[in-house]
Amino acid sequence: MELVQNFPFLSIIIALFSGPLCSILGSRWARRVNTAVIALIGIMSAAVLAYTLRTGESYVYQMGHYSAPWGNEIRVGQLEAFMAVFFCAVMLLCMLGGRKELALEVEESKQNLYYVMVGLLLSSLLALIYTNDIFTAYVFVEINTISACGLIMIRENGRTLEAATRYMIMSLMGSGLLLMGICFLYDLTGHLLMSNIQEKVAELQAAGTYHLPLLISICLMCAGLAIKSALFPFHAWLPDAYGYSTLSSSAILSSLVSKGYIFLLVKIFFRVIGFDVIRESKMINVLFVFGILGMIMGSISAIQENNVRRMIAYSSVAQIGYIYMGFGLGTTAGVIASLYHILCHAATKSLLFVAASGLTEASGDRKDFFSLTGAGYRNRLAGVAFTVGSLSMVGIPGLSGFISKILFAQAAYETTHRIFPALIALALSTILNAVYFMKTVIRIYTPAARAGIQVDGRRISMGEQKQKSAALLCFIALNLILGLFSEPIVNLLTQGLAMFS
Amino acid sequence: MNVANLLSNYEEAVAMLLFGIGFANLLLQKNLIKKIIGLNIMDTAVYLFLALKGYIEGHKAPIVTDGVQSVDAYINPIPSGLVLTGIVVSVSVTALMLSLTIRLYRRYHTLNLDEISTRLKKEGQ
Repeated sequence: MELVQNFPFLSIIIALFSGPLCSILGSRWARRVNTAVIALIGIMSAAVLAYTLRTGESYVYQMGHYSAPWGNEIRVGQLEAFMAVFFCAVMLLCMLGGRKELALEVEESKQNLYYVMVGLLLSSLLALIYTNDIFTAYVFVEINTISACGLIMIRENGRTLEAATRYMIMSLMGSGLLLMGICFLYDLTGHLLMSNIQEKVAELQAAGTYHLPLLISICLMCAGLAIKSALFPFHAWLPDAYGYSTLSSSAILSSLVSKGYIFLLVKIFFRVIGFDVIRESKMINVLFVFGILGMIMGSISAIQENNVRRMIAYSSVAQIGYIYMGFGLGTTAGVIASLYHILCHAATKSLLFVAASGLTEASGDRKDFFSLTGAGYRNRLAGVAFTVGSLSMVGIPGLSGFISKILFAQAAYETTHRIFPALIALALSTILNAVYFMKTVIRIYTPAARAGIQVDGRRISMGEQKQKSAALLCFIALNLILGLFSEPIVNLLTQGLAMFS
Repeated sequence: MNVANLLSNYEEAVAMLLFGIGFANLLLQKNLIKKIIGLNIMDTAVYLFLALKGYIEGHKAPIVTDGVQSVDAYINPIPSGLVLTGIVVSVSVTALMLSLTIRLYRRYHTLNLDEISTRLKKEGQ
């Protein structure tokens, strides 16, 4: 065994132990340790990615000394390693962009606790990405929920407490359903390792027995993870949680936390149950319908919103709808489009959150639309970044959002009955996206004096906030890379998904 | 599906019923403490289900004390292990929910989540 094969396990453990370490350090040292750990794990994951690209196949890493049907396993392929690298990069940039807000909004004595939560969150995300054991996945889903709740409530005011409570209630319902689904599946197959479960499920399908319990199990797991990742009717907690927590939390929650659950769902589709069985069950139709409803309703709520942070949060509901719509298409191409949209949304939504905070800061910390008039002139970089993010979400060629929309449309063409609903929903939601994003872009580039509005803003230059400017520039670059060099990335996702099962 | 099947598997039916009761309480109750009680009923129902799945009539708990190592003597230990893990998770989320409830109660002097929401909207922070 080569040294690099140990890295996935080591990165989970390092992230897990960085949490307790940060709790005994002062806030400054905790910040340094946290940054170093995220960067180190990013580098280690990149090494794993290079290794899997070289060997061209996935490998199984045995935990402890018990072999396949009894022990616990990690399984690593190109897709997993790539996701790990990407998540680390986005998390590092989110932390960098929101550093100043964190120092202002969170009490000095509690700041090191924030890094505890971030460390736990990173380790649970990595474990969700790498694990090959479904019960381990459940345990880390709960760790993810608890640390995400901590990220929301660290900035203590009424809104965040209420949002955290609503988030916990929704998440706990979701994880209850997920756990019940896992128990059913264990009862049916007698295994907890994902690959073993799939063999048994194939046997059950061939014998034609236990059809109904298997269907119930699939429904429970899909419903549980859909609730946890805030699919349309379950999104009530989302605007408050994203709108009022501290900046890094909003960016991390919207771009990473819900994506961890969605990645687990892809894993359940391809590695645990098998995509053919999923396609035969009618569950994907349900996901398709709710995905489309989310695309439309999320955008409509965003149009009605007057607070810029909450508007971006509602836009997340629409983007999660896109991802589930891709699953609902029932083709591998649809899932690849969804995976690409995970990357696109993670890069763009965190960019929008950081840019919006730059704009509100230049407008006397007011978040309503009138106060934002002309903010693009007062904070030029944030204005440009917000425009780039908006154009990407709307789907202008050259940026990442365009590629994911093209991929969704191409995937829809391969299906028979779903072409029209999918294409109509894509077109409609693009127009609605354009309505609220362009409304904001026009607003921030209208000079306040000409509009006759008094704004108590101040000018913010690029050099004044070096960390936020650096984060914004990196996010813009990430968006351009995803948009301009999409072909190798899509190839990598395709290969990785083929390696998955 | 007939009634005889349901009666012979009445333990599972009870577990599902409890799960439903807990889930409905967590979703529909307005009082936060009642919600948390619902959460615990729901989790306990899952543990009951798991314990049933591991139980084999007439076998003992899988702890070797008298040197008997035959598989036929003991029940399946894995579901018991899963229940233990589940209890740990359930205790930690319950603690977190209770601490959130205390914070909210100190601030708003009520346990009704809907009332807290309406008050927040009125304040318009």
